Amino acid sequence: MAEAQNSPVGSTTAGAIAVAAESTVATRMSAPPSFDVADFPVPHGREEEWRFTPLERLRGLHDGTAVATGEGVKTAVEAPEGVGVELVGRDDARIGRGGVPADRVAAQAHSAFELASVVTVPKETVLTEPIRITVHGEGGVAYGHQVVELGAFAEAVVVIDHTGDAVLAANVDYILGDGAKLTVVSVQDWDDKAVHVGQHNALVGRDATFKSVVVTFGGDLVRLHPRVAYAGPGGEAQLFGLYFTDAGQHQEHRLLVDHNTPHCTSNVVYKGALQGQDAHAVWIGDVLIEARAEGTDTYEMNRNLVLTDGARVDSVPNLEIETGEIVGAGHASTTGRFDDEQLFYLMARGIPEKDARRLVVRGFFAELVQQIGVPDIEERLLAKIAEELEASVA
Amino acid sequence: MATLEIRDLHVTVEADNATKEILKGVDLTVKQGETHAIMGPNGSGKSTLAYSLAGHPKYTITGGTVLLDGEDVLEMSVDERARAGLFLAMQYPVEVPGVSVSNFLRTSATAIRGEAPKLRTWVKEVKEAMQRLNMDPSFAERNVNEGFSGGEKKRHEILQLELLKPKVAILDETDSGLDVDALRIVSEGVNRVRESGEVGTLLITHYTRILRYIKPDHVHVFSGGRIVESGGAELADKLEDEGYEAYTTKGGASA
Repeated sequence: MAEAQNSPVGSTTAGAIAVAAESTVATRMSAPPSFDVADFPVPHGREEEWRFTPLERLRGLHDGTAVATGEGVKTAVEAPEGVGVELVGRDDARIGRGGVPADRVAAQAHSAFELASVVTVPKETVLTEPIRITVHGEGGVAYGHQVVELGAFAEAVVVIDHTGDAVLAANVDYILGDGAKLTVVSVQDWDDKAVHVGQHNALVGRDATFKSVVVTFGGDLVRLHPRVAYAGPGGEAQLFGLYFTDAGQHQEHRLLVDHNTPHCTSNVVYKGALQGQDAHAVWIGDVLIEARAEGTDTYEMNRNLVLTDGARVDSVPNLEIETGEIVGAGHASTTGRFDDEQLFYLMARGIPEKDARRLVVRGFFAELVQQIGVPDIEERLLAKIAEELEASVA
Repeated sequence: MATLEIRDLHVTVEADNATKEILKGVDLTVKQGETHAIMGPNGSGKSTLAYSLAGHPKYTITGGTVLLDGEDVLEMSVDERARAGLFLAMQYPVEVPGVSVSNFLRTSATAIRGEAPKLRTWVKEVKEAMQRLNMDPSFAERNVNEGFSGGEKKRHEILQLELLKPKVAILDETDSGLDVDALRIVSEGVNRVRESGEVGTLLITHYTRILRYIKPDHVHVFSGGRIVESGGAELADKLEDEGYEAYTTKGGASA
């Protein structure tokens, strides 16, 4: 993107480290994390964590009026041999170990789900085929909980596909044992009317590697809250996201990386393209480096490409550092229009404007997709992006 | 025979909230098979001429005509100009993140030729063209101009020139920033295209160095937004010896 067309709202803070006296990541929330929905007041829209979200479009997920219906969503798990796949009751000890609900809807989901799906990869099991979880909306209201647990040194790729129409609040726990490697791709390819709110809690074991790819294309309102904490030193987290926000859609990604353990790394890259009247993307990137988390290395970036008038981006990176004994910490956020110089270069090679625009937007995302490292998923996402562009960028 | 005719071209640019006239009546005819060198001091408007011909939106044409084989170039969009046979090798080629060189070249060739080149012959064509320019095959998988060295960017421009086979090629300071080896490789590429006899070449440069490799038929001195003197190759020798001083003090109104 040409510099002149960017309006940076964040900047790298490496070398200029502010030490916070008290964590605002925690204090600006309207209630401390809790599993019980009753511990959260019903939001009215002015709360810090809700101020960007159109509450009236949550279809009652936030105020207790959305009652689960029998035909909410259908969930299916397809896993290679050796992987445990179970449906368990609310009292199962494996539920909730990834993290505690941080807002009212996540707590609502936790308080209301009946059965949780638990997928377990035993220790030292290295899968060559991905685990596929499909969540298909059947038009109703649903609350859900998914657990993915990898034993020590296990390696797995998990793909979670969301399709159809539903009003869904669901949390996911990712538990990584020591030295485990998990790549999880969550695709939100909902129909136009769907509402999806969820919290993803990753607990990254000692020397474990967690890679999350969140891909949001569909839905009327999608609000996801990927969170990472570390259970031991040497953990690595990569959080990638891409979203394509069309007219009228609200897509919100709120991230928290809690560096609560020394010598861990995190790298957050979210990229989005927006087009059409009232397309609204929200990105909140919170990184907290706790006093004990010496040797932390973190970087977070959000880039938005605004393709038409009428679209809105709210991008808020927030880095909070309680120790100066770190390797690096930085963040960046840019929201730009189309780069006319790129367009000129491509058109000067005979490529018509429409095709040139598609090429640039595809490239904007491809740069991120190329880092996923799972070839068939990369291909599938690029094909999906091409399809999205075919339908929209003109 | 393809001919580019530039008549009394006037171009302005918006800068610092003011409109500034950069080109002040350029007249030039480039015929297929001919090579014209346009030489001039910095700020004389040489690059503005190149970008105006290609249709960059930054420049406003306020007068004059540009015809390619009788067709009005100024009425065409940027991509239409390229498809009509104009090619601009840029001084500062732009990075296009996430778009591979191979994808870019094929998309471009498809647009210029009007149909997708047959895959097998195309792969061979690209591979051979890259070899001639001393480009490693891995180059095709890199993103367009991303992390390219100065020499790689220019070789990539000339690779496109060889593959797209335009009627008129405008080379905007293709020699700038190149060491002698890179200059030789790039010049050889340009010469291969010239030897086909099917391209008219407009070579824009500040230095005479490249003219040792690419022999021009005509040399034009550009100063103050117009051509102030034209001659044969011997004019370049004179510039080599005497510099632009005579033109910037007497001939050129604004440098």
